[in-house]
Amino acid sequence: MAKLIGKQLLKFIALMFAVSVVVFFLVGLSPIDPVQANVGQAAYAALSPEKKAELATYWGTNLPIWERYLNWLLAALQGDWGISLRFNQPVTAVLAQRAGNTLLLMLVAWLLSGVIGLFMGIVAGMKKGSGFDAFVKGYCFVLASTPTFWFGLIMLMIFAVWLGWFPLGFSVPIGKSAADVTLADTLYHLILPAATLSIVGVANIALHTREKTIDVMESDYIRFAQARGMSRWQALRTHGLRNLLLPAITLQCASISEIFGGSVLVEQVFSYPGLGQAAVTAGIGGDAALLVGIAMVSAVIVFGGNLLANILYRVVDPRIRQGGDAL
Amino acid sequence: MSEEEKDQVIEGHEHHHDHSHEAAHHHHLHAAQSHHTHGYHLLQVENLSIGFDMYEQTGKWTSARAFSPVIHGLNISVHEGEIVAIVGASGSGKTVLADAIMGLYEPNSLVEGTIYFDGVEQTTETLAQHRGREIAFVPQSVKSLDPLMRVGKQIGGTAEKRAELFQQYRLDPQVERMYPHELSGGMARRVLLCTALVSDPKLIIADEPTPGLDLELAVQAMADFRAFANKGGGVLLITHDIELALSVADRVAVFRDGTVIEETAVANFSSPDTLQEEFSRSLWRALPEHEFAVIPMEEGWR
Repeated sequence: MAKLIGKQLLKFIALMFAVSVVVFFLVGLSPIDPVQANVGQAAYAALSPEKKAELATYWGTNLPIWERYLNWLLAALQGDWGISLRFNQPVTAVLAQRAGNTLLLMLVAWLLSGVIGLFMGIVAGMKKGSGFDAFVKGYCFVLASTPTFWFGLIMLMIFAVWLGWFPLGFSVPIGKSAADVTLADTLYHLILPAATLSIVGVANIALHTREKTIDVMESDYIRFAQARGMSRWQALRTHGLRNLLLPAITLQCASISEIFGGSVLVEQVFSYPGLGQAAVTAGIGGDAALLVGIAMVSAVIVFGGNLLANILYRVVDPRIRQGGDAL
Repeated sequence: MSEEEKDQVIEGHEHHHDHSHEAAHHHHLHAAQSHHTHGYHLLQVENLSIGFDMYEQTGKWTSARAFSPVIHGLNISVHEGEIVAIVGASGSGKTVLADAIMGLYEPNSLVEGTIYFDGVEQTTETLAQHRGREIAFVPQSVKSLDPLMRVGKQIGGTAEKRAELFQQYRLDPQVERMYPHELSGGMARRVLLCTALVSDPKLIIADEPTPGLDLELAVQAMADFRAFANKGGGVLLITHDIELALSVADRVAVFRDGTVIEETAVANFSSPDTLQEEFSRSLWRALPEHEFAVIPMEEGWR
């Protein structure tokens, strides 16, 4: 067990290192000049060359990229992740503020899409060829090819503009002080973006579960269960579900990266102050420190999802549990 | 001599049931074991036909609804206390027959004919009530067990019943806690038998129970079926192995082209002269201890 944990830890460190290098160098290659982007187009034109050079030195943009990376790395190892250009705050502070919102949004969307998708897939698979099956397939194919941001806009139009049921955006009511924000306020602002993410996220898991249900129901052990007097639904409950859940959980854990990607777009559409929105701001502003920070946090989330899938596999499947090295 | 007269001669005792059914009842020859306890067969399948309503491709872009028959006009009977082997090639529809006797039909199948179990004419619903109880199925391999559930839980029944069966079939009590992938070939075969016996069935349908077992285990498997039959149960053994069938069964039904062409006592396989069908005789000739003759292609398993 200790060996397994050590191995995972090593993997994790290697991943973090690789992500930081890739993001740092990609930002370095970007044509956006951080100084210009942050001072503003008009102000930048008016700056004297001496002032420009001074700012460039201050932000370190005139240093070679590897030197900038080394500086960042040494500081980051000591817990200093740098100052965000755009937010003018330490990166860790911005991340702490934003991560909570995004994690809540992702968790709700992830659970909803998982449960609803699983349910839809199982019923469609059990009733293959029925009207419900045709509906689920149609729904999933349409949604799988729907851009998330567009769907978010449609949701906003219908539920926020026309019906007025939900707020147009943000994570808290406008004009309310942070101390007065209640849990109800938070949830109320969460519903529309979370619904958008989960409605789009359902397609994958539902279609996959549908196929898997059809496979499992044709398997030898389900046929045998029926030969032993169980009905199809009884056989599904006793033997089908546990065999279906495993691949579904794995898929859902692996899809955390997709939901994270979707949340970037959804947060933008709903002006929801999460990591995704901060990532867009950081990207446009050439804010390397913040962008690296966000990339690291998202890598942690995705890594955590995959790790969770591996651990669950060991818990549920005796063939892997006894095989030993699943992690 | 008519079919019925032969039956009467070999059987050598009076039937107590309604004689108006007689002509349709008897398409088979009895063995010494065959008895009509209570005056009827344990299982009797009459004139069973099963086919599938499906779409067949007729051209590159066209298809037409077609009826594809798998089994037609099939008769077979199992008496209490005997093992009847259905011998036929793989893929010839034997599994469809087993499913039909348990009332398991595909939604697109068309079924005709009559099945009597324990003297009562059956419907799909009554067969469904019997399946897994009075009629139990022993599958081919451990693949028919849920890979994620412990063996004991899958066998079901009470703990005492399982303990009794485990002792009877020489299974370690620890096997209860194992998962199917941990079972050895011999253990798996006995576990599968236990899944059937736990419900105290009257009839066991066994689908190819020996492939993958070495000779010793196969012999042991057959001895277990024999013991079940000797206690008054009936066994319908589905196999492609004529030698196995002849060594363990009381009667053999030769299955070919979707029907039983001859249902006769094993003793009648001792000489080709007591076999009625040319195809059964060519099976006899193909046995290793005889001429080992190759079955001619046009005569071969279909």
